[in-house]
Amino acid sequence: MTVRSKTLWLALAAALICLLHLLPFYILITTSFKASGDLSSKWVMPGYLYLDNFVNAWREARLPVAFRNNIIVTALSVLLIVLTGSVAAYPLARRQTGWNKFMYALFVSALIVPPLTILVPLYKYMVDIGGMNTYWGIVLLHVTFNLPMTIFLYTGFIGTIPRDLDEASMIDGADRLGLFYRILLPLLKPITATVVILTGVAVWNDYQFSVFFLQKQELRTFTVALSSFFGSYTNEIGWVAAGSLIGALPMVAVYLFLQRYFITGLSSGAVKG
Amino acid sequence: MAEPNTRPLHDPYQLPAQGSYFKRLARSGAPLNLLYAPALVLFVVFIFYPFLRGVQISFTNWDGYNQDFKWIGVSNYARMLDDPDMATVFKNTFVYGIGSTILQNVIGLLYALLLHTNIRLRGVARTVIYLPVIISALIMGYIWYFFFQYDGGAINDILLLFRDQPSNLLGDPKANVWVITFVNTFQYLGIAMVLFLAGLQSIPKEYYEAATIDGAGPIARFFRVTWPLLAPSFTVSMVLNLIGGLKLFDVITAMTNSGPGYASASLSTMMYLLYFGREDAGYAAAIGVLMFVLISVVSISALILLRRREVTS
Repeated sequence: MTVRSKTLWLALAAALICLLHLLPFYILITTSFKASGDLSSKWVMPGYLYLDNFVNAWREARLPVAFRNNIIVTALSVLLIVLTGSVAAYPLARRQTGWNKFMYALFVSALIVPPLTILVPLYKYMVDIGGMNTYWGIVLLHVTFNLPMTIFLYTGFIGTIPRDLDEASMIDGADRLGLFYRILLPLLKPITATVVILTGVAVWNDYQFSVFFLQKQELRTFTVALSSFFGSYTNEIGWVAAGSLIGALPMVAVYLFLQRYFITGLSSGAVKG
Repeated sequence: MAEPNTRPLHDPYQLPAQGSYFKRLARSGAPLNLLYAPALVLFVVFIFYPFLRGVQISFTNWDGYNQDFKWIGVSNYARMLDDPDMATVFKNTFVYGIGSTILQNVIGLLYALLLHTNIRLRGVARTVIYLPVIISALIMGYIWYFFFQYDGGAINDILLLFRDQPSNLLGDPKANVWVITFVNTFQYLGIAMVLFLAGLQSIPKEYYEAATIDGAGPIARFFRVTWPLLAPSFTVSMVLNLIGGLKLFDVITAMTNSGPGYASASLSTMMYLLYFGREDAGYAAAIGVLMFVLISVVSISALILLRRREVTS
């Protein structure tokens, strides 16, 4: 086999894989545009334009409210994650006493603890402190459970910034806090982009927390809204499909525009660790 | 020198100790540790304290609401051994955890090897394969539900061309666990692929050239150069997938809601059903504690085993 025909076969394989991976999205689209009386197969694209599924899903699942909640919860969580995570990483990276090494291990070891394992006590606790069905309750939970990854990424990144830089500015008379804000913070932009993307996606798509702690209809995020919608309209599969499509679109759009950051962020964070 | 990462010999931060206690404290840099105080408070309040309470609840017969409950020792843990539902749940959890880890890594590695070559569509394929990672697992579950559903599902539409009976894959307790494993694999194999691609890019080309000069064919080059040097990516990918699979929740809820009965339940969904469905909070808490121990033991031992075979290039 010549090199040319070999790459041709490989490209063909890649094309096939692409098609295979796009199939679910194709079925999602045909299903969501199909009228409820239309009993043709999901494989067949409807030959007409029908938007009622979208209108119904948008109204019945209360998606506008859900999206508002999503935006509020995600924005607040990511902001607090970046703030608490970046400052926490600074002493952990720069002042490596035995105690701080222990603290770092403690923070990062929480990476392997799935939050669901403490669901029962956490639920009771959230009821006791009045955190149920509140923005602050869910936001603090998201912040806490995203901090291990965030601290891990920031500490690793600050470790790669030369200490000479700190020393030079110390000699210029900056105190250590000022040093953090004026010298280090601007340098943290790339890793902050990674943290924002990783934690933003996780919070935006969260279901396993939101379903327990945001049960009131006005506070539901879109995953919770969709799952209760699916529960009540199991037979209106077109509505569910339309709702799912609307729910997936914002993240897909962000992903397609910022792809590079998504992929480099993930691999830089993970492989170096 | 003890460790590579410690401070330099002449540390500008370590000024000679003099002056009042507070001055010395300030100079030692210890107040800097206050910067992680907010994070620590959150950890204590939302992880450590609830965890200890969870252990406590797991030794009671609490129903989740009532104020009075009894201490029943290890009964909840003993109950798991006799509970036939729990046997299914354990088996399912291992299929979800280990099944999807194997599938994601094998397929992810094959995709990475293919897309590391200089072919057309390389960028498009990477984008498409990674796409489901950023979509909510609940929504991906619904999308696959349209394939596997009994009435008018996309797969049955094809099956019915060849036979008379549609197949009820989601209602079949033997099949649905594997369907869910497949859906979880489809969603997250992009992570394995990206990790392996990053690993492949970090292998110097000279190694392959040297191996070729020494007479190694493509297969020998893979096993002698690529495979050992991919070990770090492999470690991260294996551990991430193991944790993700063992705690699986969203996809199961979307596709079968743990049914029929508890046939496709995992430890996560079982705990949820026991707590909110059967008001069996003590038992649910015990499952939570067990799940914590199980996932910690599995992922830490996997980490130690896999790290051992990593070589430094």
